[in-house]
Amino acid sequence: MGVAPLWVLYVFLYVPIAVVIVMSFNASDNPFLWSGFSLEWYPALLQDADIMGGLRTTLIVASGTTVISVILGTLLALALERYFPSRFLDAAAAAPAVMPDIMLAIGLLAFYTLVNFTLGAFSVILAHSVFGIAFVAAVVRVRLAGMDSSLEEASRDLGASSLKTFWSVTLPGIRPAIIAGALLAFTLSLDEFTVAFFTASPADPTLPIVIYSSVRFGVTPQVNALATLLLLVSFIAVLLIQRTSRLGDSLRRREARP
Amino acid sequence: MPALVYLLVLMVIPLGLVIAYAFLTSGRFGGVQGPATLDNITRLFQPLYLEVLASSVVNAGLATFIAFLIGFPAALAITRLSLSWQTVALIAVVMPFWTNFLIRTYAWILLLNREGILSDGLALIGLGPIEVLYTREAVILGLTYAYIPLMVLPIYASLQRLDSMLLEAACNLGAGPWRRFRTILLPLTMPGIITGCLFVFIPSLGNFVIPELLGGGNSQMIGNLIRDQFLKSRDWPFGSALSLLVLALLVIIVMLQASAARRSRKWGA
Repeated sequence: MGVAPLWVLYVFLYVPIAVVIVMSFNASDNPFLWSGFSLEWYPALLQDADIMGGLRTTLIVASGTTVISVILGTLLALALERYFPSRFLDAAAAAPAVMPDIMLAIGLLAFYTLVNFTLGAFSVILAHSVFGIAFVAAVVRVRLAGMDSSLEEASRDLGASSLKTFWSVTLPGIRPAIIAGALLAFTLSLDEFTVAFFTASPADPTLPIVIYSSVRFGVTPQVNALATLLLLVSFIAVLLIQRTSRLGDSLRRREARP
Repeated sequence: MPALVYLLVLMVIPLGLVIAYAFLTSGRFGGVQGPATLDNITRLFQPLYLEVLASSVVNAGLATFIAFLIGFPAALAITRLSLSWQTVALIAVVMPFWTNFLIRTYAWILLLNREGILSDGLALIGLGPIEVLYTREAVILGLTYAYIPLMVLPIYASLQRLDSMLLEAACNLGAGPWRRFRTILLPLTMPGIITGCLFVFIPSLGNFVIPELLGGGNSQMIGNLIRDQFLKSRDWPFGSALSLLVLALLVIIVMLQASAARRSRKWGA
C-alpha cells in the first residue's frame, strides 16, 4: 500500500487552499473565472474599511487573550502539576478545549447579558481566554512534568523565597513552553469565530466575523487576497510553534548532560 | 487559584445558566422569566426538531466515517516513514487545521460552485457541470475537510505504540492484509480511532457555519437552530433546551466510549 494514502490526504487538504491562493492573483472581477495575473486585490484590502477595522479588533483581542491566557494558564499548570494534583481539576482544566464551542458561546452571551456586561473587544478577550488558559496550561504542564523538581527544592532549601525560586529556577525552565503556549493562544484567538460571533459587539466585529458576513453575501476577489495573507500568517505561526518546541527539546538535552 | 476562579466564573456559571434557562420562559424583549416550566423540553420532541437533530447526527456521523476512511490509511502510511519524515508529515497534516476555518470552508465554495474549477474540469471530460454546492453532500464534505486532521493525529499516536512484531508474525503465519487489519490493527488501535471519531463528531454536530455556507438554506443542522433561537427569534430558553439536547447526546456518546475503552482494556489483558 505504501505512502499513496498519505498523498490522497494531502491532495484533499491542500487543493482547496491552493485554489484560494491562485485565485487571489486573478485579474478578473468574477471570483470564479481566471483571466490573467494581477496584484490589484492586495492593495484593495487596505482600502476596505470593514476589513481593516476587523483586523484591528482581532489584533487587540488576540493580544489581550494571549496576556490573560499566558499568566493564568501558567499559574494553573503550576498549581495542577506542583501543588494540588487532582483528577477532577485536570478534567475541569481540559473541559474548555473539548466542549462544543457553541455551548460556551451561548453560555457566555447569557452570562454577559445577565450581569449587564457591555459587549465589545473586552468581552471577546475574556471569552477567548477561557480556552486560551486551557491550552497554555496543557502545554506548560507537559514541560513541568519533564522538569526535575529537585532543582526547585534545592533552591528553597538554600533559603530562596518561593517567588525567587519561581523567578530564577522554574520560569527559565518552562520558558519555551510559555512561548509556544502564547503563540497557540494568539493563533487560536485570531482564527476563532463561533464564540466571537456571540460575544462581540455588532458594531465592532473581529476579522473572522467580517469574513463570515462577506462570504455569506457572495464571494469577492478581496476575500481571496485576505485569505491568502491569513494563510501565510497561520503557516508562519505553526512553523514558529514547531521551532520553539524543538528548541525545547534541545534545551532538555543540554540539561540532561552532567 | 485565580485561574480556577476564572474558569468557574466564565465557564461553569455560563453553562449553569444555559441549563437553568432551558427550564424558564422567554421574556418579552429577549431574556428570560419565571416560572419554571418543562415546555421547552417537551417542544424538543416535535417532529420538526427531531428531524433536524437526526439529520445533524447523520451528517456528523457520515463526515466522521469518511474522515476515518481517508485518515486511517494515511496515519498508517505516516508510521512507515522514517522518524524525521514522520514529524514533517504530521506538521503537513496539522497545518491546514491552523488556518482560518472560515477560509477553508470558503475554499470549497470556489471549488464546488457551478461556475467553479471542479465543475469546469469535470465538464471537460464530459461529467459536468455539477451541482454540489448548496446540497447536503457539500455540508458533509465541508465537515470532513474541516476536522480530518483531528482524526489522523490520535490514530497515528496509537499506531505508533503498536508492536510491529505482531503484524510480522501474523504475516508469517499466512494472514492476509484484510485479516491483519481486522484482527490486529483495528482492535489494538481502537482507543485512538474512538478518540479521533469523537474529535471529528463533536465539533461537526454543533457546527452552524458549514451548513449555512455550503448547504444553503435547505441543510440546516442543530447548530443553526440554536444560533437562530439566540440571535434571531430571541427565544433563549428554547435555544438552551436545544443545546442541552446536543450536550445530552454527547454525554451518552462519551459514556459509551468510556465503557468501550474498559472493554478493550480487558481484551488487552
